[in-house]
Amino acid sequence: MTTNPLPQSPLLDATGVTKNYGAVAALRTASLSVLPGEVHALMGANGAGKSTLVKILTGAIKADAGRILIRGQQLDIRSPADARRAGLLPVYQEPALIPDLDVLSNLRLTGTPVEPFRAWVRELGIPDLDIRETARHIPLAILRVLDLARALAVEPDVLLLDEMTAALPANLAEKVLEVVRRQGDAGRSVIFISHRFVEISALCDRATVLRDGATVGVVDIEPGVEERIVEMMLGTRIEKTRVTARAANDLAVADGGRPRLSVRNLQLGTKLNDVSFDLANGEVAGVFALEGQGQDELFAALAGSIRPTGGTIDVDGAPVKFSHPSDAIQAGIAYVPGDRAEALAMQRSVRENIALPFSAALRKWGPIRMRREQMVVSSAIARLQIDTRAQGEVQRLSGGNQQKVTIARWIAAGARTILCFDPTRGIDVGTKQEIYKLLRELASQNKSVLFYTSEMEEVQRVCDRVIVIFGGRVVDTFPVEEADEAALMRAAYGLPRGAKADVGILAEVKPGSSAEAAS
Amino acid sequence: MTDTATMPQLVSFGRRLRRFMADRPLIPLIILLIILVAILQVLRPGIVNERWLANTAKFAIPLAILAGCQTMTMLTGGIDLSVGTVATMSAFIMATQIVNQDPTVAFLLAMMPAVLIGLVNGIGVGVFRVHPLIMTLGTSLIGTGFLQVYQRTVIASGARIPDFLNWLGTGVTYGFPNALLLFVPVAVLIVFMLNRTGFGRLLYAVGDNERAARLSGVRYWQVITALYVLSSLLAGITGLLYIGLIKAPSLSLAEPLVLPSVAAAVIGGTSIFGGRGGYTGTIIGALILTVLTTLLTILQMPEGGRRILFGLIVLFVTAAYLRIVEDR
Amino acid sequence: MSRFLRNQGWVAGLFALLIFLFVVTKLIQPGYGSGDFGSLARAVLPYAFAVAAQTVVVIAGGIDLSVAAMMALTSVTAASMMDGASEEYALFVVPFVLAMGLVLGALNGVLIVVTRVPDIVVTLAMLFVLQGAALLVLGAPGGAAAEWLKASVIGTVPIPGLPDWADAWVPKALVLLVVCLCIVWIPLRRSRLGLSIYAIGSNELAAFRSGVPVARTRIVAYALSGLFAAMGGLSLTISTGIGAPIPGPYLLASVAAVVLGGVALGGGKGGLLGPIIAVFVLRLVRTDLTLLAIDPNVTAIIEGAIMVAVVMFGAFITIRGRPVGATS
Repeated sequence: MTTNPLPQSPLLDATGVTKNYGAVAALRTASLSVLPGEVHALMGANGAGKSTLVKILTGAIKADAGRILIRGQQLDIRSPADARRAGLLPVYQEPALIPDLDVLSNLRLTGTPVEPFRAWVRELGIPDLDIRETARHIPLAILRVLDLARALAVEPDVLLLDEMTAALPANLAEKVLEVVRRQGDAGRSVIFISHRFVEISALCDRATVLRDGATVGVVDIEPGVEERIVEMMLGTRIEKTRVTARAANDLAVADGGRPRLSVRNLQLGTKLNDVSFDLANGEVAGVFALEGQGQDELFAALAGSIRPTGGTIDVDGAPVKFSHPSDAIQAGIAYVPGDRAEALAMQRSVRENIALPFSAALRKWGPIRMRREQMVVSSAIARLQIDTRAQGEVQRLSGGNQQKVTIARWIAAGARTILCFDPTRGIDVGTKQEIYKLLRELASQNKSVLFYTSEMEEVQRVCDRVIVIFGGRVVDTFPVEEADEAALMRAAYGLPRGAKADVGILAEVKPGSSAEAAS
Repeated sequence: MTDTATMPQLVSFGRRLRRFMADRPLIPLIILLIILVAILQVLRPGIVNERWLANTAKFAIPLAILAGCQTMTMLTGGIDLSVGTVATMSAFIMATQIVNQDPTVAFLLAMMPAVLIGLVNGIGVGVFRVHPLIMTLGTSLIGTGFLQVYQRTVIASGARIPDFLNWLGTGVTYGFPNALLLFVPVAVLIVFMLNRTGFGRLLYAVGDNERAARLSGVRYWQVITALYVLSSLLAGITGLLYIGLIKAPSLSLAEPLVLPSVAAAVIGGTSIFGGRGGYTGTIIGALILTVLTTLLTILQMPEGGRRILFGLIVLFVTAAYLRIVEDR
Repeated sequence: MSRFLRNQGWVAGLFALLIFLFVVTKLIQPGYGSGDFGSLARAVLPYAFAVAAQTVVVIAGGIDLSVAAMMALTSVTAASMMDGASEEYALFVVPFVLAMGLVLGALNGVLIVVTRVPDIVVTLAMLFVLQGAALLVLGAPGGAAAEWLKASVIGTVPIPGLPDWADAWVPKALVLLVVCLCIVWIPLRRSRLGLSIYAIGSNELAAFRSGVPVARTRIVAYALSGLFAAMGGLSLTISTGIGAPIPGPYLLASVAAVVLGGVALGGGKGGLLGPIIAVFVLRLVRTDLTLLAIDPNVTAIIEGAIMVAVVMFGAFITIRGRPVGATS
């Protein structure tokens, strides 16, 4: 792909980009350098900082520190409009066309010339676009292509594509990739964010890999580089601490074979496709997926927040239909969302938050037996070791303690199944350990936990089994012994299981795991 | 500032002050009330006496109860602008029905529109998700229309203020207004409900974070419907008390209390966005407004100026609370 | 054709409803003629401007509760300025009042953007403030309007080449309305600014990413709302000859007509034509009820009930329009 091997000065050069959200560092010393005429992949696992970097480059948010040079000039990009003027145009996963305006008005809104746009639309494989059609009525896939055409029509120096081919049918995706490649040949640069190795190896010249908010490497794309990239995304941390072997594997069988929760052919619009799995009593089942693969919808459906469009859910062998979260709670299923702001009444006390489900039902609206409530709440607080110094308002607690409160709520309510969605996101290591321990404890009390995580090491620490979801489907299920990070990562990226031999450091972590996986 | 022990050191004074205000909103309010009374005493020496106190309480009580309706609805992120119409309807129906009916029957008839309007409000807001402001404004318009029609039918029979309401509204026993006999239980009940019952908890929870309440199994529409019915009932009772105080049934009897009731709740520290506040603050807010009204009357501030002031108070207090909440 | 129906179907249906209502009117009152149509147009005038004011902000994804109060303030300002003044002085009064509306509307927008207090609270506070200001300008209905202004809404516009009978159906009030709305709306609708207003209401994030200055656009939307409200206030003064400081029932009417006119309360959808036709529909319903000799108070109830039902329906549609699979 490197058609232009001459050393050049970069078109876009960002160095030392830093962004903090409160005490959390989303980006620290991230850098990205894009040469003219280059298609440059930006890669990184969930939460590595890709989207933050993109937002900073396109002026959606402001960096705390760092330098961004465009054609050698330092520019202060404060808004998307500034970024456009600087020749930097993003195409986001979520099309930026205004849903209630027709295509023509959308072009006028952004000052895009119509004729080049039409030409690009034809080029991208949509011969018969009605330009007066309202964006809302255009299918998402076409809309994404139109968004791309709109960006191409103003001939930007740097085009930023975020998961451009996701949700595109094969024929459109092919055209898009072709056009993107030709952009590079025409001397313009493209930053290409993708989870798909196939595309990256076919399209890109180089890749910048982010991990934990920092750039950890820039590699030339050449055959076989995938493993190196995976390795970079995982980092060099060697995870030798395996949680003690559990007898939980036998539990599913021991329980007379009737699973606590049984999901069959679950369907939800285009987000979930034919998802089936069981959750046994006394089991912690992990769910691992890249961002936006349908895991959010899966948990919401199980928690009664969304109605699935097809498939069945059985609880203890009896079919259920949830139309409200209270139905799920009735069935003993509680949902702990990843975003604590979604689960907590932030201005209320720890006690009120933990006791909230007690008052939910109509018949519990009367006077509260304060002493009894105090006892139940205290025991839950003690069990989770919640720091109660600032218990007057949950929003003053640390993130870890807030998360404990959301879990304590369901322990106090005696839920039999807990759906934990990335419960350790953004909380300190100590609390993480406590939460792992707690989840195992729950399992040992014959409760069951469905545990989505974006951190692979957690799978090994907590789960008995891991279900990998990709594109709204269950692509693989591993027993925990086989779920080493390389195998998980491959599965999560939709790569076939055991196709490659172990590489580098990962090989040391779990010798022999690929042999098991292959068998 | 005795409770700074748990806070980190080296916090700026302004921030500490703000946090203190957020924690103990009652103390600055009481200070404000005392300052206002002091100003009044300076402007008109000798005005602050036993009679003045009883009189202030008499006028503050209906306002405080209506502000209680606003407090409860605002805790859920709503507002109830129909309280004025509901109070007026109850008062008017009571005054006209007592002429020919048994007092109990008259009372039940008087509370009927309150329940109905509350129910419609609750269903509109809770089930159809109409914005509470629009919904309650709409029902109050319809209510006023009904009242006008009703007025025609009773024009012949005339109206009378029942002696009991008269006694309750204006009477003073041992220097204490009789209205306290109604207000104290109502206030205690509201405070108890907000702090010690499941329903009260849900009001806060729904207003603070509806999604969280939903995930905890709370059915929004049940809470909201019950709330608006309760609010309307309280407004109806206030109407009965108010007619005893004003003694002249008219079609816009309690209308002038609506905006001040919102202002009282806001001043009292109840957030118009929901989830934060309480009734004790609202009571002090109602007292502050009543004293302020006396003060403005003495200063000969016209009605228009007063409304502007109320509007600015609502805006500034809301913006200030927003800053306090954002500060952390 | 199918797209026309999809995009304009609602407005077309509404127009058909309007025609149907005219037919009904003609059936009830065979004598219904051009003169009655002229008075209908005059009655619609203030409502139509109120609705236009509301429409602009609703399209931008907001709501303006201060519309009616703004109309009251501009109306009394105009009336008191023209009171006892020369006819020519009105030439200065009209642009002054319009500018006042524009500035006060922009103030709404600035307060929303700067304080970050939600639009509903800011405009509620402004409702109090503007109402108070109106009372300060005129304590009671009064003032005057210049004769030539009054004449501008009475009678018909002679159009050359049109027979007299057809001419009689072109009342000045209607022409004034169409001209005033078109002067602002037509250039705006297709301009970048107009598109930006739709964009921030339709999807604020997408608008921001498309390079739309969101805060500035919002301020402009509220300023335009103020301008339309000022036109409404002027039309009130012109058609009644005086100014009244107490706001009329224009707030709820404006929201109802906006919803009935096919403008989603969530923002981004619809146009000005639909809500204006909706106003005619609502007024004509009132006319018919009056013609049927129904008690005007009952008419008020029916009208209020229709408006509340329409708003509830609109909110219900909004719930239904939420992403697939979501339960309420």
